[in-house]
Amino acid sequence: MRLGRRDPSQEFDPTQPLVATGNLRRRHFVSRAFQCLAVAAAVGAVAVLVIVVTAVVSHGASAINWDFITKGAPEGVGPDLVGTAIIVGIATLIAMPVGVLIALFLTEYAGRRSTRPVQLLLDVMNGMPSIIIAVFAYILIVEATKKESGLAGAFALSIIMVPLIARGTQEVLNLVPRPQREAADALGVARWRSVLTIILPAARAGIVTSTLLSVARAAGETAPLLLLSSLFKDETFQFNPLEPLPNVPVRIFQLSEEANPEGFTKAWGLSLILIVIILALGLGSRALLNRSKRKMS
Amino acid sequence: MSATPPAGSASLKLARSNRQSDSRKRADRVGDLSLRLICTAAAVLAAIVLILIAKEVIEGAQPAFAKYGLSFITHEEWAPPLEVFGGKGLILGTLITSAMALAIGAPVAISIAIFLALLAPDGVRNVVSPLVEMLAAVPSVILGFWGLLILGPFLAGTVEPFLHEWLGFIPLFGTPQTTGASIFNAGLILTIMVIPIIASVSRDLFMAVPSDLQDGAAALGSTRWEVIRGVVLPTTLSGMLAACLLGLGRALGEAIAVSQVVGGGTESHISLFRNGGTMASLIALQFPSAISALHYASLYYLAALLLVIGVAANLAASYVGHRFGGAPAR
Amino acid sequence: MSIDDQTFDTQPQSTNGRAAAPSRVRIRATPLPGVIGEPAATASAAESHVHIAPETVFDAENVGIFYGAKQALIDVTMRIRRGQVTALIGPSGCGKTTFLRSLNRMNDPVPGFRIEGEILYHGHDIYGSNVDTVEVRRRIGMVFQKPNPFPKSIFDNIAWAPRNLGMRQGLHERVEKALRGAALWDEVKDRLKDSALGLSGGQQQRLCIARAIAIEPDVLLLDEPASALDPIATGAIEDLIHSLKGRFTIVIVTHNMQQAARVADRTAFFSLETRGEKPIGTLIEFDETEKIFGSPRDPRTRDYVTGRFG
Repeated sequence: MRLGRRDPSQEFDPTQPLVATGNLRRRHFVSRAFQCLAVAAAVGAVAVLVIVVTAVVSHGASAINWDFITKGAPEGVGPDLVGTAIIVGIATLIAMPVGVLIALFLTEYAGRRSTRPVQLLLDVMNGMPSIIIAVFAYILIVEATKKESGLAGAFALSIIMVPLIARGTQEVLNLVPRPQREAADALGVARWRSVLTIILPAARAGIVTSTLLSVARAAGETAPLLLLSSLFKDETFQFNPLEPLPNVPVRIFQLSEEANPEGFTKAWGLSLILIVIILALGLGSRALLNRSKRKMS
Repeated sequence: MSATPPAGSASLKLARSNRQSDSRKRADRVGDLSLRLICTAAAVLAAIVLILIAKEVIEGAQPAFAKYGLSFITHEEWAPPLEVFGGKGLILGTLITSAMALAIGAPVAISIAIFLALLAPDGVRNVVSPLVEMLAAVPSVILGFWGLLILGPFLAGTVEPFLHEWLGFIPLFGTPQTTGASIFNAGLILTIMVIPIIASVSRDLFMAVPSDLQDGAAALGSTRWEVIRGVVLPTTLSGMLAACLLGLGRALGEAIAVSQVVGGGTESHISLFRNGGTMASLIALQFPSAISALHYASLYYLAALLLVIGVAANLAASYVGHRFGGAPAR
Repeated sequence: MSIDDQTFDTQPQSTNGRAAAPSRVRIRATPLPGVIGEPAATASAAESHVHIAPETVFDAENVGIFYGAKQALIDVTMRIRRGQVTALIGPSGCGKTTFLRSLNRMNDPVPGFRIEGEILYHGHDIYGSNVDTVEVRRRIGMVFQKPNPFPKSIFDNIAWAPRNLGMRQGLHERVEKALRGAALWDEVKDRLKDSALGLSGGQQQRLCIARAIAIEPDVLLLDEPASALDPIATGAIEDLIHSLKGRFTIVIVTHNMQQAARVADRTAFFSLETRGEKPIGTLIEFDETEKIFGSPRDPRTRDYVTGRFG
């Protein structure tokens, strides 16, 4: 029993000026304190982003020049860029159709009993650690063929990309209103025709956007390529996906593990290029989305 | 059949169009069936891949499981040249780094979400939200590289000695190392990775809390924080839990960034400032150059364990999010 | 149109031209002691407490409300008296709810909200510079159109705000008193720990009323409290309002004219009036309820209450 704490309701006089009475001053203090914490947290997160990006830019900018991008070792990292482009390109060729088809399955053909399990499937696939996907692809392909290859890496990356494309496509497909779909059916248009000629084109922007975002994700994935495409012959330009191809994330990783300052600079430069590519993909997909939204409205 | 020419030609036209639509109808049926088949096949393919992943990893672990059984989990010595493998250090390292990432990351992320969803004006939210999500887009290899070259020396030079001096009586904060590669460093990197995930899911949750609920609380003479604490947070508890489970899944499975900053040890120590390893990071580090069949099998064993807890975290997140998530029942 | 007390003359004699506490035909709250006050000055009441007759709770002078460039309400001048039920009626979109919500500053978060003129609460400018909005809402409570119970137990719904205010002693008694006051006690006394979301619509609304009265505010603002409820629940709410009158000053917005006629001591009729090119909501007439419904002065009022429009 606290003495000196009077029951606030007893001293309540509504005709008093409208300033804080009773314990309100303390409650305001507490409220402002928590709000400050929330602001501080947000500021902190942005600060970390700024710090990391600044470090990459400041350390990596000095390494960037035309030779760096176009030549092979020892001056440049051109082979890595080419290798990543090939591997991610193949992965996209595999993942995009599969992802879109799965999304179509969920929106057009899944019954009540199959919708939830397939969505769960996608969630699990999305949350699977990439190192495990890497190990799996290793067992499946590398152990069988006795060698690493860019193709194996592309296969692993496609597993990572499929749930992202499927989810993004599904969201856009769901935006096509039910009545429109049913109208096509009522007109006697076959389901497959309306899907190919009406629904998919309407969802085009969303499909491209989610593909771009999954490419951005795949471009930075190191674990699969570390296991599946890291024993390259040398640092010259290579184009054969049946061999291990030099690629950007593995190169950064290898350079970071060596205790060589020159290598570090190269790694910063490569990181800068990678971040710029990812940023460009992100901004590009956002611009695409905004443009398609404007078209529709 | 009418003898009048217009009707006759009309019914002829009708007959022709019926024939057309017959073959068209057949094409349509085939087309419909094919599309349905391909789509279903794609879904089935995904399921097969997941099952295969589980199967191959568990099979690969067989030799190690046969040799060690569950004692793998309780033994710490990991010495490939001696053909001795025990996973306890790695398991503990995984649990400690993930726990640290959540312990620091969850409150920070939720605070960020409160700021974005409930406190910030629209203009600020539209700028800061994408920035927070951008943090998630930074590839882990770059974050790990930064952690190695920049965060590490900072920790070793400033933060760890500070913590050791003031809190050194707690065994967690032991003698700092010179390299800056440590469990502590790995935990911080994981925190940075986990925060954007929890923050963006929580932000969406908070924005979905109906405004009339918040109005009702405000109309009772409550401060902003009281409205948040009394109405918004309790309503979204299960969603926040799902968000944290998603973040946990991310932290558990992160291999590359952790491998760059954790120091490559295989034992567990009480002090956060010593080096160590996690299941994922060790697989990434030792898999490319494993030296024996048992080595491989032991790495697969770690992968199998990682698979189980990773999938469990994800399924839990889905379950919690699906059962209790979304807008509160009105 | 501004209304002042001269027109409310219910007693033929008054000592100085200002009405004393009027005697009523129907049994209502206990009559308030007559007090003579000076006419309210329209001075800036930012810091000075203007001396108003204690029976006036709200004094609105030339109130205009804007959302950005659009004006929603214009020229509202009225005085709301203590212990009475004042009803705001009129067709949709003429600013009744906007005016109600500006009485406890619930319009503040709406983007572009701006108020002109003055609203005095016990002589203090509600929109003054030193005013604590949380304190305003503590004294002036509100019940909303759609019941909005918290997803907590019935007990916790009622006890939440008192706990915040530090009223931890006698919490159970306070909750019981509030539930009794809202005519809900008998129905829920055995299941106080159950979730409030399991109650019916009418019960939920009474719970919201109980929640509002648990902290013993000075004023209760009711925004169409029965419009989302069935007729039986509506009747219960109206009985409730009768029983709460006197303890609280009540201002109620309602679309239902009969409801206003049943519960209100005084009624204010709002409608749209074309000023310039656009129609803007404004106060047309404000008087004793019997006068508004029986012998309204303004033809627009007459048209509305006889059902010719609206």
